[in-house]
Amino acid sequence: MTVDDRFTDSPFQRAEPAELTRFEVMDGPVSDWATDFSHMDERYAENAHEIWDDLRGSCPVAHTERFGGAWLPTRYEDVQAIAYDTEHFSSRAIIVGNYRPPLDLAPVGGVPPISSDPPFHHDARKLLLPAFTKANVAKQEITTREFCHELINSFEGRDLVDAATEYAMHIPIRVIADMLGFPAEDAPKFKVFVENALEGINHSPEEREASTEVLFTYLLEQIRDHVANPRDDLTTYLINAELYGQKLAPNHVAGTMALLLIAGIDTTWSAIGASLWHLAKNPEDRRRLVAEPALRTTAVEEFLRAYAPVTMARLVKEDVELGGVEMKKEDWVLLPFPAANRDPEKFERADEVVIDREVNRHAAFGLGIHRCAGSHLARMELRVALDVWLDRIPEFSLAEGAPMRWSTGQIRGPRMLPINLG
Amino acid sequence: MKVQIDSQLCQGHGRCYDLAPDLFGEDDEGYATLTALTADGNVPEGREGDIRLAAANCPESAVLVHEEALNDRR
Repeated sequence: MTVDDRFTDSPFQRAEPAELTRFEVMDGPVSDWATDFSHMDERYAENAHEIWDDLRGSCPVAHTERFGGAWLPTRYEDVQAIAYDTEHFSSRAIIVGNYRPPLDLAPVGGVPPISSDPPFHHDARKLLLPAFTKANVAKQEITTREFCHELINSFEGRDLVDAATEYAMHIPIRVIADMLGFPAEDAPKFKVFVENALEGINHSPEEREASTEVLFTYLLEQIRDHVANPRDDLTTYLINAELYGQKLAPNHVAGTMALLLIAGIDTTWSAIGASLWHLAKNPEDRRRLVAEPALRTTAVEEFLRAYAPVTMARLVKEDVELGGVEMKKEDWVLLPFPAANRDPEKFERADEVVIDREVNRHAAFGLGIHRCAGSHLARMELRVALDVWLDRIPEFSLAEGAPMRWSTGQIRGPRMLPINLG
Repeated sequence: MKVQIDSQLCQGHGRCYDLAPDLFGEDDEGYATLTALTADGNVPEGREGDIRLAAANCPESAVLVHEEALNDRR
């Protein structure tokens, strides 16, 4: 048996700074949402639905000179068309930032398979899918439920909690740490990784690089530990996985782990938090779901539609006309699935939360070949998190006056959610 | 009524097998399949509504419903 030396010395040949196309950081307040939008603006975080509705009615594809030039479609039809068009839109980078990675990062991208383009994408994704089927994620339901109960137990004797950081956040962190085989006590680090990766895009290039380095150094430690002590988890699986008859490149292993860690946490954290926020503000819906647990399955889909957390991004591969605008090669394009989900052309009563909405063809998990690979896991976590909360804490409300905050960037959800219990 | 999964369109969202787990299943990668009840594409008597609901919830419109067979029988 040969020694696996893929991870012995600095294996992560990331792009040299010179290869990156850098843009000036423009983080001033937005002057006009149609021509100068920024998803990093706190007002965007707070008022996203109104901003999308206004743009959809008037624009409907917004533009900004920030980030080196980016587009923001708001109609379902346009978002769908871009998601399906892998000829004109590359996933080489999926988080808009102030630099573009080199063209030759395609078709793999930094965090495969979400950052991969066809045909490589299909093969890289195929490696991951079996672990995330509905049947396989169901095996984690019992431990997830127990963990949610533990979190609620810890609220004993309190009448005010932060449901974002004391409940919603911990659930996906625990689940993905278990799946990857990372120590549960490292949870506080994961929160920092997530914030840096997704909310830190306007930090200086040096800061960005340093935080990426910290993340990948951590992943490398975990990989080395798994090489030495293989176990039944996704990290060992990825270390041993083969593509085209060869073990995966070290960058591929670490990049996929980074993806699972980051994408597995922020998104579900946001969905659980937004659902609790809605129920805290809407006592009729809350009482109905407490009394009628059978309705929760439908309600979960409606929360996913109305508060879809995830906006993805693409880079334009070839000049293309879409939604009445001319997109140029290498422009960024945001794919706001949550805006698509509120398009009245596609959904009746699009701006209302209808918890018994039976027909709900929402796009919270994306459309086309990049459908969120963790969607079954996310649904399980969201359902279990709401079940346990509603059963244990049937009476709760938003603590008015206490600080509340929605995240900026491409993943939208409450990051501070003060809830009065009882 | 006949039902079919368009495997070119299906991306494994799983809405069909969430909503009607006896009429739709998932393969080892999460893509939708028909089940023993629907294997030949025939929809069991009285389950037309469940099939239509699954089709109406598929984000990729990959659940194809053919109403004609039902009309023929009438």
